[in-house]
Amino acid sequence: MTTDTAVRPAPAPGSPGAGARARSRFPVSGGTALGLGSAVLYMSLIVLIPLAVVVWRSADQGLGYFWRAVTTPDAWAALTFTVGASVIVALINLVMGTIIAWVLVRDRFPGKGIVDTLIDLPFALPTIVAGLVLLALYGPESPLGVNLAYSRIGVVLALLFVTLPFVVRTVQPVLLELDRDMEQAAASLGASAFQTFRRIILPNLVPAMLSGTALAFTRSIAEFGSTVLISGNLPFKTQVAAVNIFSQIEGDNQTGAAAISTVLLIVALVALISLDLLQRWGSRRG
Amino acid sequence: MAKPRLSRWGLRTLALVYLLFLLVLPVGLIIWRTFGAGLGPFFDALTSPSAVHAFQVTLTVALWAVVANTIFGIGASILLVRHRFPGKRLLNALIDLPMAVSPVVVGLALILVYGRYSPVGGLLESWGVQVIFSTPGMVLATVFVSLPLVVRAVVPVLEELGDEQEQAAHTLGASRLQAFRRITLPGIRSALAYGVVLCLARSLGEYGAVAVVSGRLVDQTQTLTLFVEERFQNFDQPAAFAAATALALIAVITLLLTKLLRPKD
Repeated sequence: MTTDTAVRPAPAPGSPGAGARARSRFPVSGGTALGLGSAVLYMSLIVLIPLAVVVWRSADQGLGYFWRAVTTPDAWAALTFTVGASVIVALINLVMGTIIAWVLVRDRFPGKGIVDTLIDLPFALPTIVAGLVLLALYGPESPLGVNLAYSRIGVVLALLFVTLPFVVRTVQPVLLELDRDMEQAAASLGASAFQTFRRIILPNLVPAMLSGTALAFTRSIAEFGSTVLISGNLPFKTQVAAVNIFSQIEGDNQTGAAAISTVLLIVALVALISLDLLQRWGSRRG
Repeated sequence: MAKPRLSRWGLRTLALVYLLFLLVLPVGLIIWRTFGAGLGPFFDALTSPSAVHAFQVTLTVALWAVVANTIFGIGASILLVRHRFPGKRLLNALIDLPMAVSPVVVGLALILVYGRYSPVGGLLESWGVQVIFSTPGMVLATVFVSLPLVVRAVVPVLEELGDEQEQAAHTLGASRLQAFRRITLPGIRSALAYGVVLCLARSLGEYGAVAVVSGRLVDQTQTLTLFVEERFQNFDQPAAFAAATALALIAVITLLLTKLLRPKD
């Protein structure tokens, strides 16, 4: 549920919001300073200083030590598996998320409102519960006879579960606002349904599809709770990076844990910066 | 026109089957398994001393975190929308940072700063305040992961609202507090409620960050999500399923509440 507020686009220049902000004059600078000071202090004590200490701690004993910590066989296996699984999860989300958004906007069938509400369930459900429900259906006691527990496919399934809303919720509003005149014009000029989709609809959706995919990717990279139960935490096989960090903390190897955490932070940062660039590129194309 | 209809059916079936197997069947199965033997075992499992204690810990931690993030959320939103200062874009970006951080990294970060063997943690310990493996650390972890939710819910509405009415109140002699209480607060009320509900749900459901900083001490620092995991690992499926179902019901209620409160745009 965390990100469904974040994906809402900021108001465009010229919207009432932007106008109100530009006109705002009344605040007293003393009040601003006090408020800013408190906000920065709060963020620093809880978020910024602790994260800075993680990065500092990872480089504490030199870059060589950092590199050795990241490339220990189990940590490296966890990192590569996490990135690989996240790429697969992001790609499946790109396709399935777009299809689900399409069906929710353009199709009509009974119960559509319920389906639309259900999409947000993975954000509302605690991650440990997400892992448990998947294990109930796809675990050793599966009524379907499919046992994905302790397998890499099981981990991918858990990641697909928790990232489901991202692409749907970024593509859906764009699709809702899409002007259908162009599609009708294309159709009346003899374009096939597929041609209309590829030439008219898809170009408008691509920025939203890509930002949803990037968000799903960052979430997958960082995911912990949903994979704990279904992965069985097997090093070299199903252990994801976050679980590897967790076992290093439990084993009192804080420097090693900090090194892998730093790698995760860097990957997330790169993904988010690319996302920001994508959104600017998207808004420039109008 | 046979072809478009066929593709429409195909897409609808594909989307619904995907959701059925990924979402509906797993969640439905756990609810069915929990209530399969009737309501009795469900309530028995949830009224065991450990479960009740886990409920209490969860509520304590979540309430503190929600109160802290609500106050911060209102203040930061007003700061971001109504005030001008250098570094505003940076502050705006930093508020979203917690969402990109793995819950385990959150836990590690807090241990490194507030743990017993760190300078700050050692100092606090000498004053008799234990942060890590105790409630304050769990509150900090929960605050960290749910930090952006209230701000992100309130900022767009505050922008939309504009400040004409607040300025009018000022010219008529209202104090800042009066203007806030009589003009701003009623204007952002439903957005604030939306943000608080999201924050509360996230706080009740947090697992990873709390798992790291709590030390997972049964009957001491065990929250409901930690209870689910610990019971499941100890082969007590009925208790794990009952607690998971309770958390799932909270999630469904949250979902319905946010649907009601979500600002229409």
